[in-house]
Amino acid sequence: MISPLAFDIAHLFAGSLVLVSFMLLYQDRMTGLINTFASHALVVSFSVAWQAYIQQAPHLYITAGIALVIKAIVIPLALHRIVVRLGIHRTIEPVVGIGLTMLAGIGLIALSIMVMLPITAQAGTLAREDLSFALSVILLGLLMMISRRNAVSQVIGFLSIENGLILAATGAKGMPLVVEISVAFSILVALIVIGIFLFRIRERFETVDIHLLHEHRGEQP
Amino acid sequence: MSWLLGPGELVLAALLAIPALGAVVLALIADDRKAAWLNAFISFLTFGCGLALLIERPATGPFLIVDDLNAVFVIIGTLVAFTTSVFSASYIAHELETGHLTHAHLRFYHAMYQVLMFGMNLALLSNNIGLMWVAVELATLTTVVMVGIYRTPAALEAAWKYFLLGSVGIALALFGTILVYLAARAVVGEGLDAMAWNVLVANASGFDAAILNLAFVFLLLGYGTKVGLVPLHAWLPDAHAEGPTPISAVLSGLLLNVALFAVLRFKSIMSANPAALAPGPLMVTLGLASVVFAAFMLYRRQDIKRLFAYSSIEHMGLITFAFGMGGTLANFAGLLHMALHSLTKSAIFFCVGHIAQVKGTQRMPDIRGLTVSHPTLGWSLGLGVIAIAGLPPMGLFMTEFLIITSTFARAPALAIILGASLLVGLGALLLRLNGLAFGDPDGRSDPSKASFLPIGLHLALVLVAGIWLPPALVAWFQYVAALLS
Repeated sequence: MISPLAFDIAHLFAGSLVLVSFMLLYQDRMTGLINTFASHALVVSFSVAWQAYIQQAPHLYITAGIALVIKAIVIPLALHRIVVRLGIHRTIEPVVGIGLTMLAGIGLIALSIMVMLPITAQAGTLAREDLSFALSVILLGLLMMISRRNAVSQVIGFLSIENGLILAATGAKGMPLVVEISVAFSILVALIVIGIFLFRIRERFETVDIHLLHEHRGEQP
Repeated sequence: MSWLLGPGELVLAALLAIPALGAVVLALIADDRKAAWLNAFISFLTFGCGLALLIERPATGPFLIVDDLNAVFVIIGTLVAFTTSVFSASYIAHELETGHLTHAHLRFYHAMYQVLMFGMNLALLSNNIGLMWVAVELATLTTVVMVGIYRTPAALEAAWKYFLLGSVGIALALFGTILVYLAARAVVGEGLDAMAWNVLVANASGFDAAILNLAFVFLLLGYGTKVGLVPLHAWLPDAHAEGPTPISAVLSGLLLNVALFAVLRFKSIMSANPAALAPGPLMVTLGLASVVFAAFMLYRRQDIKRLFAYSSIEHMGLITFAFGMGGTLANFAGLLHMALHSLTKSAIFFCVGHIAQVKGTQRMPDIRGLTVSHPTLGWSLGLGVIAIAGLPPMGLFMTEFLIITSTFARAPALAIILGASLLVGLGALLLRLNGLAFGDPDGRSDPSKASFLPIGLHLALVLVAGIWLPPALVAWFQYVAALLS
């Protein structure tokens, strides 16, 4: 059984992750968005490291390290470079208004708590709260992906979903290493793919605004 | 465990090692023609190993498993992968001549082809549900880059859409996988056992039903995105239309099956728990929605590859529907339909690839009179469309008939909707075939340098299946169908 303090700290990190997810929703500048994402990754790496400590599962430190180095440092730096090189510091154009997005976000968090808490009663308090937080982060990431048109914001939305998954995977105590490695690995691969795409998109359009791509949708009736 | 591997373990290792090593070798070979044929040779070796699973089975480990269900998928998969690589060799030669692809792209393409095969074989053979997820993700990412390989704006749009929807789907599937682990941990204990599929099925009756229910919803939506079930299908037509045609064939013939296989694995866990939600109705709903939607969407297509992409949605919906109905007969029909659909649809894409090359366009209004200008190609396409539309004497007629009749016995209303939609789809396909194959040829018309071996082989198999199924095959499929139900 873990001590109340350890539990509270784990709780604090998981809750902060949801909070930062919310902050991602209302960023209207590209640099602000990337910095907020960096703190999102930072919180997740702290959270994983804390789980590693209280579960006495040293392999989780690797996951925490990967999240810290790749997602909190390398990816934000790369995205900053892309943003500067493409000259897209300007404001992000949302599909739906910020206020509406925030309301939808609150609804999603309520939904995930209502869905997860009752059914995971036997899973242990920490795991079940982690899971409902993780589901909130995933749903907020999805919301971000659909409420923004910009390629960079969609990528960040996707990466925040991955952070939510890491939170869920580490919350499920004793989950074999294969999943942690896979998550980290997939992030790397995803990054390569994303990199290729961003560069290709730039070659073609001199912009990363996805709605311009829609004009090239394959089939025009 | 001894270090000496038995013959079964060797076959299993070869199924994974051959494509993996092949990818490395192909990445190093500079000569395009050699690479194309080496690719075919490697795929042939993998197919040989797939067939060897009929004779030798390895023991089940914590990570890998061979059972009757995935042996079917592996054999179909490696066969289609082999014939596609033969088709790819002739297709790619033309793309190089016309300058659509450069040498560097081609090396990348061939290496990625084998990585994709590795990913699919791993997904099919994995016993660990986490490993299966990794393999599906690997296969998805390789197809994403292959879809975007032409680097036209349309190809980029298609790849981007595929990437986003595919990753979201895969993220949902991972969440479902974590939930399954959580349900299993309470019974099986921590560690690898709680992710091993055979252990999960054996102990599923003790799992918490509420967690399993939620997990299955996530898994069905996640892997269902990759199957192309409506309303999660949006990526599928674009990805099929804008990538190289061999990739369209592999997507329709293999990758959709792999995703469906993942759903089936989890379905059997659900079925093993009496308190859990019955997975059938969910699959029936999504499957039926796909059939109805795709049947009507077939009418408005202008692009030949999109037409057959929508037809894939229709057929994957039908297969999901059959597995959702459950019972030995429906499972048998679903399994056979899946095998025949893979063969037929990839044969059609082989034809379509050559047609698009000789006519220089994928727009159907610009393609006419193929049976006059390119008789072999035109008639092969005709035969393929007759097969995919579900007309006798081709094998798909029999399986569709079985699915509808077995549904009639249990849910007549659903059978009527299903039958009507299939007729609607049939109408659209024949209408299009009429325009493509007959009339006066016009527009550009290059001589075709197609290799008809893969097309002929696939269509012959489908025709034979419609007339006479070997009793051994029937017995095998019945056995698998009984396992599933």
